Amino acid sequence: MVTVDESELVTRAKAGDLEAFEALTTRYERRVYTLALRMLHNEHDAEDVTQETFMSAVEHLDGFRQESRFSTWLLRIATHAALKIIRKRKGLDTISLEEATDPAPDGDTIPHPDYIADWRQSPTELVHSREIQRLLDEALETLDEKHRLVFLLRDVQGLSISETAQTLGLSEPNVKVRLLRARLLLREQLTRKLGDARTRLIRNHNH
Amino acid sequence: MKCEELLKMLNEYVDGTVDPTVCEEFEQHMSGCNPCQVVVDNIRKTITLYRNGEQYQLPIPFRDRLHSALRQRWQEKRK
Ligand SMILES: [Zn+2]
Repeated sequence: MVTVDESELVTRAKAGDLEAFEALTTRYERRVYTLALRMLHNEHDAEDVTQETFMSAVEHLDGFRQESRFSTWLLRIATHAALKIIRKRKGLDTISLEEATDPAPDGDTIPHPDYIADWRQSPTELVHSREIQRLLDEALETLDEKHRLVFLLRDVQGLSISETAQTLGLSEPNVKVRLLRARLLLREQLTRKLGDARTRLIRNHNH
Repeated sequence: MKCEELLKMLNEYVDGTVDPTVCEEFEQHMSGCNPCQVVVDNIRKTITLYRNGEQYQLPIPFRDRLHSALRQRWQEKRK
């Protein structure tokens, strides 16, 4: 099935082919579930989001015009479903996450890189290890929600800065500040674990 | 350009949206500053790892429930 092109499956599903729709589901369900899990940190909620996403896809498949990728469309549905749960947790219905996660104006400072070293292995070598998956999630969990969400939408899902801002109800400068902070914080933690101590560099602060 | 200023421009540089003249300054700084060079490389790898990392498997009972719910909804919708 891997060889069948996404748009062909979508065309067949739109024409009423259930098997094609299930093939699409099988192809993307793990991405949807993983995104939801990382946004929500709760398996039960992640299952709800996954189910809601694919149910909604059944419902609205007719209206899906193949201008964007099917996976992009799905992940967008999933993001909104997950954000709905986050807002509900905070007891909010319509207020933007800007206010929800950030009552005071963003006074984010830029964290200074401390542990600077080359990594022992390349991402390609690391990417399929279970241990790395755990490491990535542990690092992500140490971020505040406001940084985590921006990083997930922008860097993992690949939305643009402006799409991320729109989705989260944030201003673009605010997204950029949060993104920078998230990237630096994650870099710090991963490098402490994956860095080669022999190549460690000490920053010259007077530079 | 100082390390501090470079840090502020990091997003734009990594995302390739930085202004060309700033980009030149950025690269000039990096060529003389090993720590900044390594930080930029670390950041790129961090993003790659998250973007291409393994996905979680759905718990099997949930996956079964999901697919049967989808099949059912599909049939209802197309009656
Ligand atoms: Zn520097």
